Amino acid sequence: MNIHEYQGKALFKQHGVKVVEGVHCTSVSEALDAYDHLQSKVVAVKSQIHAGGRGKGNLYSPGSRDLVMEGGVKIAFSKEDVGTYSENILGNILVTKQTGEEGKLVNHLYIESGCDIAHEYYLALLVDREQKSVLVMASTEGGMDIEEVAEETPELLHKLNIDPNAGLLGYQIRDLGLALGLQGAAHKSFGKMLKALYSLFLKEDCAMVEINPLVRSSDDEMIALDAKVSFDENAEFRHKQWDDIRDLSEEEDVEIRAKETGLSYVKLDGNIGCLVNGAGLAMATMDVIKLYGGEPANFLDVGGGANEEQVKTAFSIILEDPNVKGILVNIFGGIMRCDIIARGVIAATESLGLTVPLVVRLAGTNVDEGKAILAASTLNIHPADDLAEGAQKIVELIGGEV
Amino acid sequence: MAIWIEEDAKVLVQGITGKQGMFHADKMVEYGTNIVGGCTPGKGGQTVDLQGNSYPVWNSMFEAIETTDADATVIYVPPPFAAEAIMEAADAFDQIKGEGVVVCITEGIPTLDMVKAVAFVENRPGVRLIGPNCPGIITPGDGGGAKIGIMPGHIHAKGRIGIVSKSGTLTYEAVAQTMSIDEGQSTCVGIGGDPVNGTGFIECLAAFEADDQTEAIVMIGEIGGNAEQEAAAWAKENVTKPIVGFVAGATAPPGKRMGHAGAIISGGKGTAEEKFEAFEAAGIACARDPSELGAVLLESLKAAGLR
Repeated sequence: MNIHEYQGKALFKQHGVKVVEGVHCTSVSEALDAYDHLQSKVVAVKSQIHAGGRGKGNLYSPGSRDLVMEGGVKIAFSKEDVGTYSENILGNILVTKQTGEEGKLVNHLYIESGCDIAHEYYLALLVDREQKSVLVMASTEGGMDIEEVAEETPELLHKLNIDPNAGLLGYQIRDLGLALGLQGAAHKSFGKMLKALYSLFLKEDCAMVEINPLVRSSDDEMIALDAKVSFDENAEFRHKQWDDIRDLSEEEDVEIRAKETGLSYVKLDGNIGCLVNGAGLAMATMDVIKLYGGEPANFLDVGGGANEEQVKTAFSIILEDPNVKGILVNIFGGIMRCDIIARGVIAATESLGLTVPLVVRLAGTNVDEGKAILAASTLNIHPADDLAEGAQKIVELIGGEV
Repeated sequence: MAIWIEEDAKVLVQGITGKQGMFHADKMVEYGTNIVGGCTPGKGGQTVDLQGNSYPVWNSMFEAIETTDADATVIYVPPPFAAEAIMEAADAFDQIKGEGVVVCITEGIPTLDMVKAVAFVENRPGVRLIGPNCPGIITPGDGGGAKIGIMPGHIHAKGRIGIVSKSGTLTYEAVAQTMSIDEGQSTCVGIGGDPVNGTGFIECLAAFEADDQTEAIVMIGEIGGNAEQEAAAWAKENVTKPIVGFVAGATAPPGKRMGHAGAIISGGKGTAEEKFEAFEAAGIACARDPSELGAVLLESLKAAGLR
């Protein structure tokens, strides 16, 4: 789960990570008030969306798609500037390298005091899957695309793994600070920040905290000028407060509804809907559709113990996508019995009045009963014995070339 | 021989009085698994009825292992308590026997809980953790066997193919593929789809390589991380038995979590293509379609003079 920069910074402040003063706004008048409140000659006017590359992005009018302004993060030198930039940002679509062409509607702004920057750094904490521990990454090359830094100048990207038993140790902090060329007050300020960030990371169940840029001010203080924070959704049960900061407008409505019914759904661009049990098999089903010349319209895992109702919800979610021209159901029954799935498929197709071709592949527990139920129905359901046959059939049925 | 779990291994069930725990404990007994009881804190002294027989419940894993001399435990405890259940089992096995296998089925454990639990288990070298978020481990026998997890037992048969996979149903698919060419399995291990887990691919490959019963290996990976690439590189140097591989998620979009918490392409890394390339570079015979795993395996067995 991602949060906005302004929310991340509030969290930073709460945990003692130094940030500059800023105000979250949702209207131009609030932005103008914020300027007065901050008492800073120069302020940054920052679009708040859950995607990176905002500074280099462009804003477009949602109706006409006309270019409104270049750059989703602007430096304002006057109250007038703040008005103009806020006007150009709020209610418009920001397209960045990470949003895709459709971009994202900007509903939130962050107005932040200016900061006297001596140098920009990069700092991130994340879970290292291979080392099974929290990893700190830091670089003197702040403000840049960190993947490029890792690719082109890996010696400038410093890493340290934190032993979960020992925690973040003093020498690790010192060494990392020195590797970044920090001295004196700046080195001390960095150590304080890193400790605070690690404690925040653990307490808040973060998946990632990324600060790009982290800056050293002219008076040698380390300040988080950006805040990209994401949480581990598995830990939601112990963070009820996440409900209040989750911005649902940033998430796909249908993916949220799927999750509420215990389904895992991701929309894709193709035209063959799929309904599968198990995440690995669901991915493999998409892959095989593509292998035989089709394009999957979605990833959908109904889980290990889906009931008739969930199968029906799954069908209705798939059919909401107007691109869907056919559906492939692929079930390997383990706990889930094929006869139950077969009944669910029939009930769903009848009640939803399914008109697109449907191929059903059943295997595993009670497969013969399941197949018999499908064969006895008068509905236009095409059976398949294995995944390859299922994929070929659905591709043919929607008029593709196998 | 099979790996880690013998056909007659004594198995405990943590969370045996819960809905999931009881349902699967019953299925395990039905398959022939030597279940010796279970553990649910606060319910010690009760019994659970599985397949018409009564099984004891203990309050703690120390008590349960002391009494039964269990070899393994399987965890069906809800996510908020699962990491602690892993550590309790690991500590008890370590202190009482110096060894034991802990299989965690639970999906949805917070990642930082697993960072802690894995470090805890790694400090107890005799204890092996499998999972979490996995189907478990099964060693089919001649009539029954040890099924420790949620996989459908009846699709398996004892044989010489070792299977290791991150996914549940895709593992069943792989099992069915071996059966389609009249091959059974030595042991099937689901290592799970979480970003931080216990036993990894390399440990499974090493165990299969050392196991007399296993003559060939099927390895099923998925997008996210680079465990498959590391395993492939390791296998190239260390595994002499034929390996057949598949990786799920070639069509997955970057940055999207595909069901499993760990199945995500981040920063352009961990793609299926990258993993297939690593497999091929290591001489692993790849199927691009899981329905062809059987055919590819048959080819590999023939090439190795095993068919």
